[in-house]
Order: sequence, then C-alpha cells, then structure tokens
Amino acid sequence: MAHQKIVPIELKLQTRLFSPDDLKRFHLAALEIMEEVGVSMPSHKALDILAGAGATVDRQKMVAKLPRSLVEKALKAAPKRYTLGARDPGNSLDLDGKHSYLSTDGCGIETYDLWTGERRLSTKQDIEDSARLADSLPQIAFYWGPMVSAQDVPAKTRPLHELQAAFTGTAKHVQPETIITEEIAKYAVDMAAVVAGGYEELRRRPLLSVMQCAMDPLGQDGGSLEASLVAAEHGLPTGFMPMPMSCATGPATLAGNLVVTTIDALAPLVLMQTAYPGSPFFFAAAPTAIDLRLGSYTGGGPEDYLLAAGFQEICAYYGIPLSMGTMATGAKVPDWQAAVDNVFSTLASVLTTVAMMTGAGMLNGSKIMSFQQIVMDCEIYEIARRFAAGIEVNDETLAVKVIKEVGIGGNYLAHKHTRAHMREIWRPTVVDRSPLQVWEDSGRAGAFEKATEIARRTLKDYQTEPLAPEVQRELDEIIRKAEKTIRD
Amino acid sequence: MSDKGALLEKLKGIVIDGIIEDSEGATKEALGQGVEPLEIVEKGLVPGIEEAGARFSRGDYFLPELVASAEAMQTAMAVLDPLLRAKQEARKTLGHVLLGTVEGDIHSIGKNIVGALLQAAGFVVTDLGANVAVGTFVAKARELRPNIIGMSALLTTTMVKQQQTIEALAKEGLRSGLKVMVGGAPVTGDWAKKIGADDFAEDAVAAVAVAKRLVGA
Ligand code: B1M
Repeated sequence: MAHQKIVPIELKLQTRLFSPDDLKRFHLAALEIMEEVGVSMPSHKALDILAGAGATVDRQKMVAKLPRSLVEKALKAAPKRYTLGARDPGNSLDLDGKHSYLSTDGCGIETYDLWTGERRLSTKQDIEDSARLADSLPQIAFYWGPMVSAQDVPAKTRPLHELQAAFTGTAKHVQPETIITEEIAKYAVDMAAVVAGGYEELRRRPLLSVMQCAMDPLGQDGGSLEASLVAAEHGLPTGFMPMPMSCATGPATLAGNLVVTTIDALAPLVLMQTAYPGSPFFFAAAPTAIDLRLGSYTGGGPEDYLLAAGFQEICAYYGIPLSMGTMATGAKVPDWQAAVDNVFSTLASVLTTVAMMTGAGMLNGSKIMSFQQIVMDCEIYEIARRFAAGIEVNDETLAVKVIKEVGIGGNYLAHKHTRAHMREIWRPTVVDRSPLQVWEDSGRAGAFEKATEIARRTLKDYQTEPLAPEVQRELDEIIRKAEKTIRD
Repeated sequence: MSDKGALLEKLKGIVIDGIIEDSEGATKEALGQGVEPLEIVEKGLVPGIEEAGARFSRGDYFLPELVASAEAMQTAMAVLDPLLRAKQEARKTLGHVLLGTVEGDIHSIGKNIVGALLQAAGFVVTDLGANVAVGTFVAKARELRPNIIGMSALLTTTMVKQQQTIEALAKEGLRSGLKVMVGGAPVTGDWAKKIGADDFAEDAVAAVAVAKRLVGA
C-alpha cells in the first residue's frame, strides 16, 4: 500500500463566540488569580526558576504567585509559529494558525480486538498496530498518546516501550502524554535523538513533542514539570492540558471553567518561557462538565463543544497554538452517539481554527481503542475538511457562461466544466451510499464493516518506512539501560 | 415545637440544603441550648442526610447537592465527634469506611463521590485523600480499625498498589475481619478477585450496595 502525505484542514469558514472585551476579561481574570492565589508547582526546580524571575514562592505549600509582568514577559517570549518535525520530513506540521491537524486519541486501557471483536487489555503490539494504521491514513497528521497503555511490559519503563512502538509504527510526528518524570524524559529524549540522527538534528526537526496533564484547579504535577524542562532543554515543543470538569474541578459556569483552563495552560508557559525563552510551547485542553447524576466524565455534550470553541479563541488572543481534546466520544461502541459526539466536537475545533485535534479512535471517554473508530473518525475529519474549505467565488466557479450554454431544462452531466470540477466533490470512504438491495445482499455492510475491512487490510499489507536495524538496536539498548537504572 | 425541636429541625434543614457555612454555628447553638450530642446526630443530622440521599435516589437531587449535604454533615460531626468520644457514646452507623486513592495516583473525583454517597447512606467515612502510600493505609487501619478499606485507582500503573496494600494488611495481621473494596476506571471484578479484595464496584451507587453487603447491612 502506498504512503500518502498528510492532508491538513485549510481554514476558511470560521465562527466567533467572544468579543474583544470578553477576551480581555478572561485574560485579566487569569492574571488576577495567578498573582493573588498562585498556582501549585510541586517541584523545587520549577520553583527555583520562577523565584529567580520574581515570582513569590511558598516552599511549604509549593505554590508560586506569578506577577502580571512575569506572565506578560513570558507570553512575549513564546513563539507564535513553529513546525513539528517528523521522521518522514514530508509530513511535518506547520503550526501557523491557518491549518488544523488531527491526531489519534491516547492512553486508553482496553482495545476492541480487530480480529475477534472482543474487548481486552491493551498491549505494546496495539500501539505499533494503531501507529501503523495512523501512518497509512492521510487524515492523521501525528500520533498522540500512545493510543493505549502497553500493559504487557514492566510499568517502570512502560513509557519508553510505548515510545519505541510508536516510532516503529509511524514515521509521523509523535506526541506522548506519558513522559511524566525527569528520569523517563531523559531516556525519551535519547530515544528521539537516536531516531532523528542526533541531538542537533532533533532540535532542528523535533519529531517528538511532550504533552502533560495539568492538575486542575490551579496546579501542575511536579514530575510532569520536570520532564517538560528536560524536553524543552533539547528544543522539543511542550504543552500542558488542563481538563477542568465543571462542578468538580472547575466552576459550574463555562466562563469560569475557561478561566481555570486558561490558568492551568498558561502558568506552565510562564515556567517554560522563563527557563527557556523562545522554546516552542503549545496550549492544550479538554475542559468538560461532569454528568450531574453520576459525576462522571462524559466524553461529549454541548458544554464540551462550547468550551473547545471558547478556549481556542482565548489561545488565538495569545497567539499560541492549541491542541484541543476533540472527538473522544463517551459512547461504548462506534454507534450513533459516537458520531454525534465526534461530529459536533470536530466542528467546534475546526470552525474556530484549532491547530491540533487529539484525537481519533477512542470510545468510552478515551478508555477503549477501536481500530474501526480510527478509520471512521478520519471520515468525519474528511467531511469537516471539505466543509471548512468553504465555497470559492470567481468567474469559473460562478459558471455563468456554462449556465447560459446549458440553458433552461438541460443538464450538466457531460459538460466540460463538470468534468473539470467534479473531482472537487467529496467522495465517501466508509459512509454507505449503496442502493438498498445491494446493501441487503452484502449482509447489510455499513460504515463499521467497511472500516473493519480497511483496518484489517492495512494491518496485513501496509508497511511503514522501517527504522534502520541499528536504530532499533539502540532503542532496545536504551530501554535495557533504563530497566537497570530506574527504581521500582 | 419546643426550642430543642426547632434547633434539630434547623440542623436537619441545613444538611438537606447543604448549607455548609451554617452547619458549625447551628451545631454549637444546639449544644449551647443543652441538646445532647448524640441527639443532634440522630434527630438532626442523620434524618437530614437520609432525606438528601432519598432525593438523590429519586432523581430530585444532583450530585453536587448530595455532596454539599454530606459536607454540611461532616462539618457538624467535626464539632460533635470529640464530645461523643469523651462521653464514650457512639452514633448508630452502618460502619466505618477508610477511603483513599492509592499511591502515585491523584485522581480524586470518583473517590470523593463514593465517599459522599457512602456517608449519605449512613456510613462513617474517613477520607485519606489521594496519593495515599501503602504504609499510610496500614497505619490508619491499625489506628482506626475501620470495617472497610476502600481503595480507588484510576491508572493501570497504580492498580498494583491496591494489591500491595492488601498484602501489607495481611502481613501486619490486620486483614481478618477487615473488608477491602476496590474501584476506579480500570478496576474490574476479575482484578478484585485476583488481588484478594472482597469486592469491587463499578460506580458510586454500586459502591454503596457493595459496602452494605460487606458489613451485612
Ligand atoms: C473503594 O471503592 C470504590 C468503588 C468505586 C469506585 C472507587 C472506589 N473509585 C472510583 N469508583 C467508581 O465510582 C466512581 C463514581 O461513579 C467512578 O470513578 P471514576 O474516577 O471512574 O469517575 C469519576 C466520577 C469521573 N472520572 C474522572 O474523574 C476521571 C476522568 C479522566 C478523563 C481523567 C481525569 C479527569 C484526570 N486525569 Co487522568 N483521567 C482519566 C480519565 C478518563 C476516564 N474517562 O475515566 C485517565 C484515568 N487518566 C489517564 C492518565 C494517563 C493521566 N491522568 C492524569 C491526570 C488527570 C487529571 C489531574 C487531569 C484529572 C483528575 C482530576 C482529579 N482531581 O481527580 C495523569 C495522572 C497523574 C497521576 N499521577 O495520577 C495522567 C498520567 C496524564 C499525564 N500524562 O499526566 C488515563 C489512564 C491511562 C492508563 N493507562 O491508566 C485516563 C484513562 C485518560 C486517558 N485516556 O488519557 C468509578 O470508577
């Protein structure tokens, strides 16, 4: 099967939620809270850096109060545009505010087996397989996660095994959210450098970036901060993902939730830009609201879509690229609910020009991976891509001459103009448009069955550009070393 | 209604409505008027939390309302518990649950909800918080002698701490007579069996039913 280049969304259609005054108020609210209450950063390294730059630091509570001037200086230092590299140089991502890229979703704990359909614990092989499927799909621009946890390898080196499987499965950009200690981060950078062909090459073309989860409200994890400092030192882009859940870890009101989201994405920017001014940094987020009866994480709902659209506007105000939790339905199987969640969520991100959307292929609130769902989410992306491109208006597209020629009651089927433009019309891959009889005769094969076929065929036939054997050997070697040095 | 009756009614209302900020004051007021601590619990707070629990079960209350009721009760109990202990009196409960999220894991929302529902159902809950070390569970079990230890784990990498805690409890001779309940997103019935827990619950409502079964209520 041939390798295809990734296809970003070129954004023409756009919506707006907030006025310039609204945006200013979010900013001022975040500044006020960061200055008065501060943020928890339980890492002495992080606190040293911030204290040195003028933050008021409470070592007992591990809280830093960030003065407004420090925040604004950091915001100025952060680059507004940069590129995420990839092992395959033709597939780098231009984070320029004009393109939207889709990744896989990440860190699931179970897999719907592609061959038996059974739900089972996830493995290292699932990561390589899902990365290979992602590599084959032009809609997937980067591999985020890893999609699932490699539960068949030792926990202490698991993130490194996962990274190896991701690098093996795909030549696209990789962005894990599992590099959460300084020790693991050093090994991860070593592995990325081996794949890139050296540390300088890695810095020039970062094929790895690092995302962390925030500890809402108003906090971060110490290990994650230190891991990100290691990554930034080597020029790897870093970003932090708040996911305040309205009523639980965030205010019930959506505007209040966005204040918490802003603070928990922005406070780490202050740290990273103070430590490494100009280092590539992105915002990330997955804000949501709890289910009022169960308190559970929903994986969809109008609040999620509004929060996504709203936070992108806040990020655009700052001029910082956003990686937004997109798709990731709460449905347990790829059904109607999955489609509703993922379509709305994709539109919310796309129509507000989110740079990175994480991502395709997971069910049950990012807990179960489905190979079919990856393929079907790519179809949703394709429809959104076409939608976002809008309608071009010029002499050729208005087609006045053609309409006159065909005249009253004629048809356009064989017209030259039709043949010149018909390929601009979207064609489905898994959406079913077959006639009823054909569909019945096929055993009622719909989108799911088609997606199963595509995924199975790909995993049988598709070859990712392989890593050189000596690179694989070096990756093995790094993991072996980590196994020896990292304590349980 | 007597003064005393009115005070108890007020406390019951405070718990039902989850007016956390008034709870301590109203409790002290009742004590000041000579109402016995045990009576405050049994005729004010417990009927309040039972009503809140009933409303939640009927679907009239949402989770934040129930959690506020549980917190209003907890605030009052913080005043009353030392007095009850001094008098060597005990309120009637379904049992004592020691609750926490395991070491290395800071996910706390699910655990908090389980705690609130257990309280509303009539259990006493001691919440050790998140990221609770194996040794802390063991030490607290020895000190407080709960009926049930409840451990929450949300990460596949931290589930093993549930197992280690159960092993440590056994090693310290604390396991017999103590029930262990586990839960959290990746936790299943198979896992609970494998590690020798007494039971698992998939959500907070199930957790209440399981806890009741474990104490024979
Ligand atoms: C004692 O008896 C019992 C009985 C029943 C019990 C029980 C105990 N405990 C729970 N129950 C049961 O009853 C509860 C009520 O019905 C239920 O509790 P739950 O907790 O399941 O449900 C809650 C009511 C709502 N659910 C939740 O609160 C969890 C939702 C998800 C999205 C989630 C959240 C919100 C968070 N997270 Co995290 N998080 C995810 C979750 C994905 C998911 N869909 O579950 C999961 C669990 N997280 C994950 C990850 C990877 C992480 N998270 C992390 C951090 C966070 C936040 C801080 C951002 C936040 C937690 C906020 C908080 N204060 O708790 C990090 C871990 C940090 C750490 N050391 O713990 C980090 C490692 C990410 C990072 N790179 O930093 C994934 C785990 C993957 C794995 N292999 O295990 C994950 C599945 C999401 C994903 N796909 O990425 C039942 O399980």
